[in-house]
Amino acid sequence: MVNLLENSSSPLATACGIPLPAPPVDHLDQLEAKSVHILREAYANFKQLCMLWSIGKDSTVLLWLARKAFFGHVPVPLVHIDTSYKIPEMIAYRDRLAMQWNLTMIVGQNTAALEAKRTFPAGAVDRITCCGSLKTEALKHTLSGEWPRKRLNLKTGLYELDRNTEPFTGVIVGARADEEGSRSKERYFSPRSHANAWDVGEQPPEFWNQYKTEFAPGTHVRIHPLLDWTELNIWEYIEREQIPTVSLYYDQGSGKRYRSLGCGPCTQCVESGAKNVPEIIEELKSGKFANIAERSGRAQDRDDGGGLESLRRDGYM
Amino acid sequence: MLTATAPPATDHRCLNLVIGGHVDHGKSTIIGRLLADTRSLPEGKLEQVRARCERNSKPFEYAFLLDALKDEQAQGITIDAARVFFKTAQRPCILIDAPGHIEFLRNLITGAARAEAALLVIDAKEGVRENSRRHGYMMGMLGIRQLVVLVNKMDLVGYDRAVFERIQAEFRAFLTQLGVEPGGFIPVSGREGDNIACHAESMPWYEGPTVLETLDRFRSEAPDADKPFRLSVQDVYKFTGQGDDRRIVAGTIDAGRVSAGDDVVFYPSGKKARVASIEGFSRKPQLTASAGEATGFTLAEQLYVARGEIATVAGQPRPQVATRLKASIFWLGREPLVKQKEYMLKLGTTRVPVRVEDIHRVLDASTLKVDDAKDRVDRHEVAECTLQTSRPIAFDLASDLATTSRFVLVEDFEIRGGGIVREALPGSTKNATPRRESSRPGSILASRRAERYHQRAALVVVAGGSGFARQVEESTFEAGHIVTCIEAKSNSARSIDRLVECANLLLDSGIIVIAGFADLEPEELSMIREQVGAGRVLVVSAGGADASELAADLIISDPGLPGAARQVRTLLQERGIVFKPW
Repeated sequence: MVNLLENSSSPLATACGIPLPAPPVDHLDQLEAKSVHILREAYANFKQLCMLWSIGKDSTVLLWLARKAFFGHVPVPLVHIDTSYKIPEMIAYRDRLAMQWNLTMIVGQNTAALEAKRTFPAGAVDRITCCGSLKTEALKHTLSGEWPRKRLNLKTGLYELDRNTEPFTGVIVGARADEEGSRSKERYFSPRSHANAWDVGEQPPEFWNQYKTEFAPGTHVRIHPLLDWTELNIWEYIEREQIPTVSLYYDQGSGKRYRSLGCGPCTQCVESGAKNVPEIIEELKSGKFANIAERSGRAQDRDDGGGLESLRRDGYM
Repeated sequence: MLTATAPPATDHRCLNLVIGGHVDHGKSTIIGRLLADTRSLPEGKLEQVRARCERNSKPFEYAFLLDALKDEQAQGITIDAARVFFKTAQRPCILIDAPGHIEFLRNLITGAARAEAALLVIDAKEGVRENSRRHGYMMGMLGIRQLVVLVNKMDLVGYDRAVFERIQAEFRAFLTQLGVEPGGFIPVSGREGDNIACHAESMPWYEGPTVLETLDRFRSEAPDADKPFRLSVQDVYKFTGQGDDRRIVAGTIDAGRVSAGDDVVFYPSGKKARVASIEGFSRKPQLTASAGEATGFTLAEQLYVARGEIATVAGQPRPQVATRLKASIFWLGREPLVKQKEYMLKLGTTRVPVRVEDIHRVLDASTLKVDDAKDRVDRHEVAECTLQTSRPIAFDLASDLATTSRFVLVEDFEIRGGGIVREALPGSTKNATPRRESSRPGSILASRRAERYHQRAALVVVAGGSGFARQVEESTFEAGHIVTCIEAKSNSARSIDRLVECANLLLDSGIIVIAGFADLEPEELSMIREQVGAGRVLVVSAGGADASELAADLIISDPGLPGAARQVRTLLQERGIVFKPW
């Protein structure tokens, strides 16, 4: 078998030996199984499906779970919104993994706002407005296909204009319920109206592994396979699965590292000497971050008194 | 079941917990307390809420910790099944906060259906209220076996033991009617923190466990690994990238376990094949996968199976296959559930149009009063109904296997109700598959066609070799009859449906139809018999091991012998399908 399936199980390999006893099911196994189930439901029910990849640890875990769900393949295009303020290493990491894992990589951008410099801190706009235009607006129009999408050519390694302008009706997102207030109200399958708006009070019920997979024309759905994961779960899973992550999360000798990745101007490093995944896990469990909210380094949360909610109602991830 | 003498559990798996109760009985305060007392709050959060209270000149309350949403604080109610994470001494917990207001019952259901254990909060001062009972009922129906009742706000009744005991007696009686055995009653005060994390000095008369101790005694629901194997097929993947040639049946195991080498049977199609391998990505090779795992397997033989079927292991108890089922249903739609309308039923990964054939009784979930005469199910009511699906589906009964007995009902793109199957009923004679004679009024009667063509229409099912079906067609045609042959390319439920549809059209035109199957499972045959009409079907077994199971009208041991096709003609004569010379 080819190297794509490098880690794939082959029962033939153990068939001659003694069968391995089933390992005890732990919390990460439970989380993984649930997320994989949701990813497969999404894939079976939505024709125009994509997955948002912010390059951060959560959506990278999500990408890994897609490889689990689809046995090494990722049959869903990945959409990344490039604000142009992302830290350069993130972009290099994105394209490297895209080539290595044969990903269908789609990139969208609010070029108009960037050219007109309606950004923070370059232009005369505040953080929330900047987020709104470079992320929310760009995402909205990239998903709908109204704005140009660029697609990575896996042969040349270059981005080309994507001919496909079909709107995506299902969008897989790596949001976690423990991140901040508004996200704890999300459903696994969360409908958005035509204008991407989110009606918090009128959400469909979800139970017994049954989700809202029927949609009226004009609506689309956000799918949240990571809703039950915590920040610590994410790192423990990265450690267990040896998932490659961007090095900005680790202290490179300066005594600082990023805990949460976003745009350069609005994401601050935290004081931390954690140099690798086990050290981050230790820090989260018993160290200095055990009781500090993850997004405390994200300035836009504080500026939005509602804990991101006003941004999210309008389509922010 | 939890008992007072149960030793402390050593279960470290994550516990999914739901909390319910009437509005203003203090759920949010108790959750806030649990978060604070287990030190599960991120520092930033507590300060953020304290600061906000200060800004708005409000006294800090533990309930505010949950009310993270702006509009929620404005309304002063909890509006969604929010998830809250915390850790007891022993394990992580996810607490699903089920709201108290009646219009948000659907959120309770969302919360409760995910939960393995439940806390129900009752205000000591107000006592048992409508939603205390309604939530208790729903938790029971949704299958939560571990339920503990917290009698809250004991500080407001002077920590009076008599008040606690009165509520305990009343609510215990109610739960007993439902067949729910409560795991205990705890007198608490969310505001003061009494009996939440620490034993309260204010209530020395209470010697039972605290809320936190109770949580550690709950058991995470063990996956049903020792039950018959069930896997609802989510998809069959054939990703050809990078030279991958595996064809993988994917799904999450609902119950039991499956191993490479097992014979699996898919229902409702009845298709059978051997498991070649258990597949996975980036994990240790495995020979067996068990309940709770999201897995996949390849088959030794090429088989067409599709999403919606239930995979089982041959030799283990089979699921039910039927078009009519008796079910307990709860309804959440604003518009009532009615008989005339078509809904979509989703069970496992099956999706099928369904009608309500009959509403037997409607139950008010808070009073448990039964109404036998009602012919619709209103919002928040529970009913016993007979449902009729447009094609056969596979399922289990709630008394046998909970997971594969659960379904939801979809109306106008929304999940509007849910239920559990209590009983499989025999197929309806009146409208399971509308008979063509009646659907084409005024068309030529079958008897006139029979007279004209000198034959009666019949479907001859030839199991075990489609080549032989062609021979039968040839010899019947040569004998002067009007005959045609159709072949089932693959035995999926869909292709059986198509075949039945074709056959019915041809039969209604007076033609003898020969249908060849490479192999045929008894379940598939019974589907065909049911949908074509048993009186019009003849079965010829031409090889294959399962001749006895098919109850064949004719068994041909060697279809290669000359004269084999002639035997079929004799059968047609004997059954009066074609003219028998005498």
